Amino acid sequence: MKKILIVDDEPNIVMSLEYTFKKNNFEVFIARDGQEALDILKNQLPDIIILDVMMPMVDGYSTLEQIKKEPRLEHCKVIFISAKNKEKDIEKGLSLGANLYVTKPFSLKKLVEQAQELIN
Amino acid sequence: MSSLGLLLILAIYLVMLFYIAHWSEKRSHSKWTNNPYIYSFSLAVYCTAWTYYGSIGLAAKSGLDYLPIYLGPIIIIPTWIIILKRIIRISRVNKITSIADFISLRYGNSRSLGALVTLISIFGIVPYIALQLKAISDTFHIVTKTHASSNIFTDNTTYICIALALFASYYGNKYVDASEKRRGIVTAIAIESILKLVFFLIIGIYVTYFVFDGFEDIYTKASVLENFDKKNTIGGLTNGLNWFFLCLISMFAIFILPRQFHTAIVENNQEKHIRTAIWLLPLYLLLFNIFVFPIAWGGNILFETQGLNSDTYSLLIPQHLNNNFLTVIVFLGGFSAAISMIIVSSITLATMLSNNLLIPYGFIGSLENTSQEKNTKRIVLSRKIGIFSLIILAYIIYRVFVLDYTLVSIGLVSFVIIAQLAPAFFGALFWKRGSKKGAVTGIILGFLICFYTLLIPYALGTTNSASTFVQKGPWGIALLKPFQLFGLDYLDPIPQAVFWSLLVNFLSYLAVSVSFSGNYRERNYAEMFVDIDEYITNHENAYVWKGTANISDIEKILERFLGIERTKRALTIFNLKYNIDKDNKIADARFIKFAENLLTGHIGTASAKIVIASVTKEDKISLPEVLRILEESKENIVINKKLTESSNELKKISEQLQIANQELINKDIQKDEFLDTVTHELRTPITAIRAATEILHDDENIPADVRQKFLQNIISESDRLNRLIDKILDLEKFETGKQKIYLSKNNISKTINNTLESLQQLIINKNISVKFEKKSHEIKAFYDEERIIQVLHNLFSNAIKFCADTDGKISVKINEGSEFISVRIHNNGKEIKPEEFEAIFDKFYQARNQNVKKPIGSGLGLAICKKIIEHHKGKIWVESSSGNGTTIIFTLPNYNTTEK
Repeated sequence: MKKILIVDDEPNIVMSLEYTFKKNNFEVFIARDGQEALDILKNQLPDIIILDVMMPMVDGYSTLEQIKKEPRLEHCKVIFISAKNKEKDIEKGLSLGANLYVTKPFSLKKLVEQAQELIN
Repeated sequence: MSSLGLLLILAIYLVMLFYIAHWSEKRSHSKWTNNPYIYSFSLAVYCTAWTYYGSIGLAAKSGLDYLPIYLGPIIIIPTWIIILKRIIRISRVNKITSIADFISLRYGNSRSLGALVTLISIFGIVPYIALQLKAISDTFHIVTKTHASSNIFTDNTTYICIALALFASYYGNKYVDASEKRRGIVTAIAIESILKLVFFLIIGIYVTYFVFDGFEDIYTKASVLENFDKKNTIGGLTNGLNWFFLCLISMFAIFILPRQFHTAIVENNQEKHIRTAIWLLPLYLLLFNIFVFPIAWGGNILFETQGLNSDTYSLLIPQHLNNNFLTVIVFLGGFSAAISMIIVSSITLATMLSNNLLIPYGFIGSLENTSQEKNTKRIVLSRKIGIFSLIILAYIIYRVFVLDYTLVSIGLVSFVIIAQLAPAFFGALFWKRGSKKGAVTGIILGFLICFYTLLIPYALGTTNSASTFVQKGPWGIALLKPFQLFGLDYLDPIPQAVFWSLLVNFLSYLAVSVSFSGNYRERNYAEMFVDIDEYITNHENAYVWKGTANISDIEKILERFLGIERTKRALTIFNLKYNIDKDNKIADARFIKFAENLLTGHIGTASAKIVIASVTKEDKISLPEVLRILEESKENIVINKKLTESSNELKKISEQLQIANQELINKDIQKDEFLDTVTHELRTPITAIRAATEILHDDENIPADVRQKFLQNIISESDRLNRLIDKILDLEKFETGKQKIYLSKNNISKTINNTLESLQQLIINKNISVKFEKKSHEIKAFYDEERIIQVLHNLFSNAIKFCADTDGKISVKINEGSEFISVRIHNNGKEIKPEEFEAIFDKFYQARNQNVKKPIGSGLGLAICKKIIEHHKGKIWVESSSGNGTTIIFTLPNYNTTEK
């Protein structure tokens, strides 16, 4: 069973993501901001992380920077999901080492497919 | 008092002056030497031994006649604020160093006119210096109770005179550039002016209050003397006319006397010093005259029948009463008055002699071919010798001619001669058509009349007393009697000479100038002199010159006189001032004038022109062409001025534009940020709705409770979307001013309670305790209740949201001030950092804060609160006490103090 970490501060979005990925046989972990995500990552090694950009306290970009510093998390795939859909936002996200940048709103079905593709 | 003792005192006094001069020379920029008082007191060099002793003599003999010499200046000095300022400006830009330079430059930089003015000045002033020496000598003999020795080598005053000549020549000419300021001499002169006044007042008070019993006592005793009434009335029209002419020449004298020109113009450091001089100098003159009358008539009373020289009453009175100390004091005052005049006059005469006579007519050729050091030495030495010889010459004149005349009469003859320069001088300032021919004719004719009506009779009086020249006229022709020329018999000799000489002088200047117009150079300078204020900053522009000249040739000439270093520096300054490329090889008119100016201080205006002309080739220009060029340059100056003004204006406007542009850019950035954030905020609920809908859509077998949850999600996110749109529209209304506020009298406690009630469910859910301190009385304020509920709702929602998770507390407090009521809402949740206090009221302020969301909810709530409160003329702000949550406070105008 593949593990996924979902990081977003919007509870309703998180709820949909959690339901969908569980249904697709993922073990799901949830964090409401970057700090919480980093805390979870100390003990867990998910195959993929879905990361929101705009969050209170620690934003998605700096969360990813922290993740990339950790050799243990080297093989972790990362998908950004964000309502920030400008060229420069996407470029920034990818340059930090994310595997994918998905803009909000998104199709859940497609997101699951992309996630599975990344893992395999 | 013994001769030796007095000589010793004099020596000490001179050493002191020497020291003052030396001291202030070294501190030429300190405020002790460079201030309006030193300037004003140095102008009092006008008061010489003639004033100090002669006035008393005149008052004793003929009553009020001594006054016009001081009234003239007092009347004319107020005009200095305009006229003297112009003369100073003209002299400064042209490096003028003497009255001869001033007059000759105006009339086309004429070498011959400069020489003429120099000769007239020497004629007028050397006897005047002689008069000072006579005063020193006479009073020396009185104090020491000796008699003048006919052998000049055994007469002590000879040696005093030589010492003075040495002092003046040593200190008077240290600089080769005559336009340099001599702070040492000027300060010494100013100190002497103070001393002579103080000493004179001391003797005045002594005579009035100690020898006699006040002014009244003197008057009572004097009024019984013979001729008292006659001497002390103006005495009808003829005497009035006598007075008038004496006033007139003394008015001229205060401008034109070489020593006055020197102290007032050449030594002027700042134009604003004139403002002090115009009250201080008249005051000085008035003070000097207070005790003239008491001393004069006191002397008349004491020495009624003894036939003593009344000029020396101020010495004789204390001596008569055996007051040795006062006698010496008075003598020193008179000595001061005399030597300050001698020093300044001889310095300026020597400069004129060298710059306007010796150099242009004599050794200019040899100067051109020698090195700079040699030239400097020669010029300075020639001036030193000049000063020395002029003083010695004056001494000789004193010994030969003027032994028997009173101080006043010699002084007045001097004034009359110098006054011959007045028409040309004032014409230079005010009349553009005055020409050199006119000036020369006027001066020569005027001087000849002086010579005939004053100098010949005085010379005859000292040599041949038996001559009938004065009584019957030459060859017995009564019309030519020198004191009653052409039958004019009701004026005194001196006013009569003034009348005829100035009349002829003035009319011939006028007539010749009108009949024969001057050459182009005269016209050029006329323009520069009369319109000095227009040319003050760029006077080189006003100089008209056409021809061919190489800068390198002129540079070589300049190096001869200025040295290589100074020449280089001067050229750099010139190039900078007119923005000229330093590789430029051809000299233009501006450069010619600039070079002439540089040389003028060293060798005078006339020689400067000759020297520059020797290496340039000037083309003749016709008079109409000069006028055209001048007109153009004037227009250029005006256009330049306008250009500068409009370029300044443009600069200002462009600065304003820049600011406006920056504001627009900021606004644009803000707008972009706003749009960015709005779209982001809108997309978030849409994302949630889309995700929930997709789940419901794709999965038909979804359990009922899960389905219910997702449907609930859709509803709440839709509401959120709607609220957001409302808020954006609200904010837009406030920002564009479309939002209306409907003010009415309301009870704030009631409004708060209503708001809290609507949030009751949320409060209970989070298990928060709310504490609302109610006041015993009703507090009413003036506000739009619906809007304030919106504010309170927002603030309470935030407070609930950010309250501590466990044991949450919210407290509300109302305070009543005289002008405002304030509402404080506190929650015990997380604090807000001080640097965010202002920012949280910005709409979507997190946009600027990159990607971190701000702690308080959606970005618009507080921004709208702020708008609402501000529309009520209240304020809203945050307070955060460390470790104790957050307080938001807003104020509203108190009902009692706002308009109903």
